[in-house]
Amino acid sequence: MSQLEAIYALWLREIKVFTRERSRIVTSIFTPILWIFVFGGGLGSAINIGNVNYQTFIYPGILAMSVLFSSVFFGVYIVWDRKIDILKEVLVAPISRTSIFVGKVLGGCTDSMVQALIMLSIGFFVGVYFTPMSFLVAFLILFLLSLSLVSTGLIIGSLMESPEGFNMVISFLVFPLFLFSGALFPLDNLPLWLSIITYIDPVTYGVDSLRFVTIGISKFPLYIDFSILIVFATIMFTIGTISFERMK
Amino acid sequence: MDNKIETFNLTKKFGKLVAVDNLNVKIKNGEIFGLLGPNGAGKTTTISMLCTILMPTEGTANVNGYDIIKESDAVRKSIGIVFQQPSVDDILTGRENLRLHAMWYSVPKKIRNERIDEVLKLVGLEARQNSLVKTYSGGMRRRLELARGLLHLPEVLFLDEPTLGLDPQTREHIWDYIEVMSEERKMSIILTTHYMEEADRLCDRIAIIDSGKILIIDDPEKLKESIGGDIVCLKSKVKDPRIFKKIESVSGIEVKGDYIILKVKNASENLQQIFEVAKKVEKVEIRSASLNDVFLKYTGKDIRPESGEGGIVQRIMREKSLR
Repeated sequence: MSQLEAIYALWLREIKVFTRERSRIVTSIFTPILWIFVFGGGLGSAINIGNVNYQTFIYPGILAMSVLFSSVFFGVYIVWDRKIDILKEVLVAPISRTSIFVGKVLGGCTDSMVQALIMLSIGFFVGVYFTPMSFLVAFLILFLLSLSLVSTGLIIGSLMESPEGFNMVISFLVFPLFLFSGALFPLDNLPLWLSIITYIDPVTYGVDSLRFVTIGISKFPLYIDFSILIVFATIMFTIGTISFERMK
Repeated sequence: MDNKIETFNLTKKFGKLVAVDNLNVKIKNGEIFGLLGPNGAGKTTTISMLCTILMPTEGTANVNGYDIIKESDAVRKSIGIVFQQPSVDDILTGRENLRLHAMWYSVPKKIRNERIDEVLKLVGLEARQNSLVKTYSGGMRRRLELARGLLHLPEVLFLDEPTLGLDPQTREHIWDYIEVMSEERKMSIILTTHYMEEADRLCDRIAIIDSGKILIIDDPEKLKESIGGDIVCLKSKVKDPRIFKKIESVSGIEVKGDYIILKVKNASENLQQIFEVAKKVEKVEIRSASLNDVFLKYTGKDIRPESGEGGIVQRIMREKSLR
């Protein structure tokens, strides 16, 4: 019981920080919105994919992108917490490292799911109409994605000593994950090398399933997408608990 | 249980450097115990091991009857820690910091608020409890840390350089709080410091530590007595200070620049004799032995105050930080 309350306290702390620094929401929502309306709108005026407008086509991809960015970047806060010494208080408390990790992951997921909700609600503007069911499934997919990616960010954060170092590693990771996920292009008829990389990128399966839920197009069956997302989340979560166990 | 803490050949090595070297020390129930030593003497390393933050290389210790290696969770529950670098959360209010701490240390829900009110009152932060910590001064942060360290009623409280980088007035306040705490709560307090006045004023017993080894442990008064009397500082035309040896009450002679420093029993009564030997005296200063003299005697070096730079850098980082 006491561990549950400790996790709740850790989560509560992240939420307080999040609500106090509202600029964080605005800045992290800003980029995906630019993508949808400028990139998607611009190219969309000339290009259709199949019979879907390009802007509508990339909307699920940008949904995944907003969660990808905000989730992975959440890891930088663990680096800051260590650097300005506030993590020490938690590390010496009678809380297990697993609980600390879980608390942080839940905090990070809440952050990015608030953003995801905002992004989901603008679907209307690009011609995506959700039913309660499809909304729920999309939310679930984004949550799974967020769970694995917040874990990824925290794993890297637990290994890095400086925020600068973290940002460097992350930019090498985040952009490939985004670009190879098929967020901006269909996965059919790709050159072999590109096709292989997109299959390796776990975000691909998030984008694919979101595309199915939002506009009914997909490369893989939904159950394959879900299985891979669940496996990915489980692996990252497990590695995360181990890396927190070893963190100094 | 008479001893709150007992260490058994506690040792920590960082590569070739031996930071703490076969430490054996017993700390009694209810006493304020000081670890006094220069920078890098192994004070913080010792405390970190006792708080289960650092794993000893060899040896072990008991804290509150729990082994620091095998029962680290039980140790953590029963101790409070005030760090050298403030670790309170800037973006939360003082009260929120305490509330989270209470949850981490499983302070029962029913008495949580009551307990928080109590510690806030003890350190005099009631009026500012709902302000964000980033608006606090350095002294207020330290007081909040103290309050937090006390919140879960620890049986042992560790204070790592509790007044480092604070102005004299604030230091005085913190000392008062520590004294009050010690009296009200009857807990054992272990503090590290390199401030002589601090150790002298607060500690029941002091261990002088250098290069990871304890040189001597005793209460401050006895340590000062061990110097063998008062200190007389003379500036005179005497060419060879050794002539003071013939005075019976002089037990030590040292030369520092223009001054001759004598250790004298009952200096006020024997001053006449000293003056007779010294002939013409330009300046004289008599003082009772301080801990600094004790320190010099055992380590052979002056204790140097730590530069506050670390603290300043930390503070700048704090301001630049994202949150």
